[in-house]
Amino acid sequence: MKQFVFLVRRDLNLAFRQGMDSLLVVVFFIIAVVLFPFGVGPEPGTLARIAAGVIWVAALLSTMLSLERLFQIDYDDGSLELLALSSLPLEVTVLAKVTAHWITSGLPLIVAAPVLAVLMQMDSDGFMVLIVALLLGTPSLSLIGAIGAALILGSRRGGVLLSLLVLPLYIPVLIFGVSAVDGAIGGYEFKAQLLILGGFFIGTLALAPWAGAGGLRQALE
Amino acid sequence: MFEGKELTCIRGERLVFTGLNFSVQAGGALVLVGPNGAGKSSLLRMMAGLLKPASGKLLWNDGLALDDLDEHAENLHYVGHHDAVKSVLSVLENVRFWAGVRGGDVSEKNILSALDVFDAKHLADVPGRFLSAGQKRRVNLARIIAAPAPLWLLDEPTTALDRASIALLDSAIRKHREGGGIVVLSTHADINIEAATVLDISDFALRREIQGAA
Repeated sequence: MKQFVFLVRRDLNLAFRQGMDSLLVVVFFIIAVVLFPFGVGPEPGTLARIAAGVIWVAALLSTMLSLERLFQIDYDDGSLELLALSSLPLEVTVLAKVTAHWITSGLPLIVAAPVLAVLMQMDSDGFMVLIVALLLGTPSLSLIGAIGAALILGSRRGGVLLSLLVLPLYIPVLIFGVSAVDGAIGGYEFKAQLLILGGFFIGTLALAPWAGAGGLRQALE
Repeated sequence: MFEGKELTCIRGERLVFTGLNFSVQAGGALVLVGPNGAGKSSLLRMMAGLLKPASGKLLWNDGLALDDLDEHAENLHYVGHHDAVKSVLSVLENVRFWAGVRGGDVSEKNILSALDVFDAKHLADVPGRFLSAGQKRRVNLARIIAAPAPLWLLDEPTTALDRASIALLDSAIRKHREGGGIVVLSTHADINIEAATVLDISDFALRREIQGAA
């Protein structure tokens, strides 16, 4: 446990000193959402209807953007080998890196989301649910992404491959994330969607570290 | 005691070596020699558990080393081609991280004394990106002093080191062996290890003529 915290702190430390990387993710997220009012026109009705979907899709894409670097830098400079040879099981190492990734790229999205929701004229009934849904959904995005990030190590054009591998797996999170927010806005029951997002998170929490560690072992051979 | 029995390495579809045996007693040293591509690095990675042997087994104090890789990893330090020095962290922070992740002593005193072994104490506050290749290597070597482990696997540790640093490495290895540690290293014979067993890996490659006939 001590070593887990140690690893998370080191990754956070690295992320803060290379501040640009995590900042870019949020900036991309904001720009992607801001483009929509220009594209579809400023009618409040139209924007409000697509708000939840746009914010979720942008969150998916900006998470993707940061995934490629999750293991790549450690792989390139030899740190990954040494991490694999530490007494920490590789699965726990993956979990630690995912935790740091979520704190540096998932959490800023959640902070930025309500502001963007205002911009998209989203009904204020949806704000709370949007935040809760993102809180439950973004960890799953980081966890699933870790599998993809581990699998692309050592391949050329990993970024494109990564999006092909990971985006289809993000669809369930997208569907239930959007429908929870739309449900809340429309005055319907939305607890079920949130429970499914939570269940999805627990499922990926149980499976992704193993799959990710398997991918890393393959890459290190 | 660290032993390998009938180890076979296959990379791609190419047989690198086969039927390789070695044995090192506590306090012993094994020097791997052989031309480029003979499999020195592959053997070291195999010893570390990073690469699975196609056949054969590794024994650590008569127990199967590859059965529990996490436990085996605790017994060893591996120095590969890359130095794993983060450019935005200071030398002290780099070494402290690697010591901490091994559950070692992360006090500043311990880290600085580890750096001192390779004459890198004055670099403690320098960020990794300002280090030369040789300095990075010395930082990487200080890492294995900071959190002790009985088995050292060093893949061409003298790369980029100047003569004075090679002498420091030499004495660090001697001290490690005096304490009962084991050292396995690959080299192009620019370091002088006393009483070491020399293993020429190319002896275990299938001869080309035989491969051609088969």
